[in-house]
Amino acid sequence: MGIARVFGRAQKQGRLALIPYIMAGDPDVETSQRVLDQLARAGADLVELGIPYGDPLADGTTIARAGQRALKSGTTVAAVLALAKKSPLPVILFGYFNPIMQFGIDGFAQACEDACIVGVIVPDVALEEGQELRAALLARGIKMPLLVAPTTRPPRIATICEQASGFVYVVSRLGVTGRSGDEEFGLRQRLAELRSLTDLPLAVGFGIRTPDDVRRLHGQADGTVVGSALIDAYADVSKEKAAQHVYRLAKALREACEG
Amino acid sequence: MPIERNSPDRRGYFGNFGGRFVPEVLVAALDELEVALEGAFADPEFWAEYHAVLRDFVGRPTPLYRVGRLPGGERVPVLLKREDLNHTGAHKVNNTVGQALLARRMGKKRLIAETGAGQHGVATATVGAKFGMHVDVYMGALDIERQALNVYLMELLGARVHSVGGASQTLKDAINEAFRVWAARVEDTFYVIGSVVGAHPYPYMVREFQRVIGDETREQCLQRFGRLPSDVIACVGGGSNALGIFSAFLADSDVRLWGVEAGGEGVESGRTAAALTAGSVGVLHGSRSYVLQSAEGQVRETQSVSAGLDYPGVGPEHAHLRESGRATYVTIDDAEALAAFRSLAAHEGIIPALESAHAIAFAQRLAGQRGADDLVVVNLSGRGDKDIAQIRART
Repeated sequence: MGIARVFGRAQKQGRLALIPYIMAGDPDVETSQRVLDQLARAGADLVELGIPYGDPLADGTTIARAGQRALKSGTTVAAVLALAKKSPLPVILFGYFNPIMQFGIDGFAQACEDACIVGVIVPDVALEEGQELRAALLARGIKMPLLVAPTTRPPRIATICEQASGFVYVVSRLGVTGRSGDEEFGLRQRLAELRSLTDLPLAVGFGIRTPDDVRRLHGQADGTVVGSALIDAYADVSKEKAAQHVYRLAKALREACEG
Repeated sequence: MPIERNSPDRRGYFGNFGGRFVPEVLVAALDELEVALEGAFADPEFWAEYHAVLRDFVGRPTPLYRVGRLPGGERVPVLLKREDLNHTGAHKVNNTVGQALLARRMGKKRLIAETGAGQHGVATATVGAKFGMHVDVYMGALDIERQALNVYLMELLGARVHSVGGASQTLKDAINEAFRVWAARVEDTFYVIGSVVGAHPYPYMVREFQRVIGDETREQCLQRFGRLPSDVIACVGGGSNALGIFSAFLADSDVRLWGVEAGGEGVESGRTAAALTAGSVGVLHGSRSYVLQSAEGQVRETQSVSAGLDYPGVGPEHAHLRESGRATYVTIDDAEALAAFRSLAAHEGIIPALESAHAIAFAQRLAGQRGADDLVVVNLSGRGDKDIAQIRART
């Protein structure tokens, strides 16, 4: 199911779309597979699947460490794509530019199509550097959501809304993924502003950790991305318990999506 | 001014290298920096203050010194640009003075910096103390262990030093962390990058704050010898001291420019830090350049006896100068650098930084192919006091 239909379905049901993030191969591909199954069982709509990278500039400690664990178990871009192909949920890949560049931009786009990937997010190519990749993906019907940060200024916001596809990823606070407790950065106003600029769904991420965080987005956003909290929920438990912990948190988040 | 200064294009590219590969949250901060930079660079008063601080606080101009007894330098004039005589002992302070003045002009109250061996951290802490600005320095956990003295020095100067974990716990991770911290506090914080790396406009800005080295050298050569040097040699890690001295000679096509990378245990061994020689094109820390990396695009561990050259990337302008053929890049291994270190100490009474010893070693090699009419200039980018414990442990 494509991104638009997923958001359409959630909207029809009067709820937010739930987009969990997990790092592929953390701590190994087999565990990721089980976690994906539990996320689907808990009612997640889409999954953001991280491509491990050793120098993730936009990520906090939780996701950086998850990436190191995945690299330690030898998770390559090809392994991530193979995992994605078997996913019970539609997959958006979330990966830094250098591994994609080394894979080859056109080859990567083709491999994404072969693996039925619905979208790709590259956090370290903003508008300017992403043109070639964006063209290669869009030519194959793969969406490229773009991020709007609290620091993004109005003329640029409009351009991002024009160039984004799938949804607009609204960064809820300054800093990197996983941080919480900061004051919200005029998020309500920012979301209203975005509504007037685009018909694309708006998904809020960075620092959304609890069901309460999700409930606060009701009536403002169309979906939410939860990553670090999920990884924290299973990082330090046995592989057997990991799936169970993920299910429990994802279920609670999914209920919160309903209000 | 921008064109004659070989500035990058509007997207921050030197030829095919450079650009701005950063999270969206940092784009506005880089835009703000770029605007402030243009304003400052066009303002004669900004440069007047910068040069006054370099004169009175740093001790510039630094001498251009002709070696007398260094093997290789007896027959051919070999000249050392004495950046080791700067306050804090290296060229790094030229850049931190410039960036601190810019930060003050932008109304930023807090400086953050990454550091590997600690030299850039000390240079940032020093200007922080001088200008009354709060300084936070990010340093890999392993480097903190290896460079305990510099950590203490930074703390004496009033800076806070933060230990950074991560895959290698060295400079690369410290830069990642500084970017993250900057992303969280872009409003009141200025990130002082220590080399000609990072996203646009950093590589350009840092070069402009280091070009004083080349401008002085050019003038000193013309005044004393009535001619330009035949060769200019500098070590390259990120590459700021090299671009600092190269930039004054880019238009002089007869002046050969040599960048000396750290071969480590030998380029073939894979245990090296020579990004241009042994790496491939990639994106690291916000710009497209050469990177030591795996086929999968993961950044590799590096190896060099010199902490300041122990970095898996290199400034994008160097990648461009290499591609255009304007500069040539060579490597010197750990053992050759150590020999040059001893040689300069014993024959000239100058203890060079291990980084600069790489440039000295290559100058000794090159002098064999040059004549009495040539002038070989070496950028002696720093002094070696910081390396004494390491040298001693090796003997």
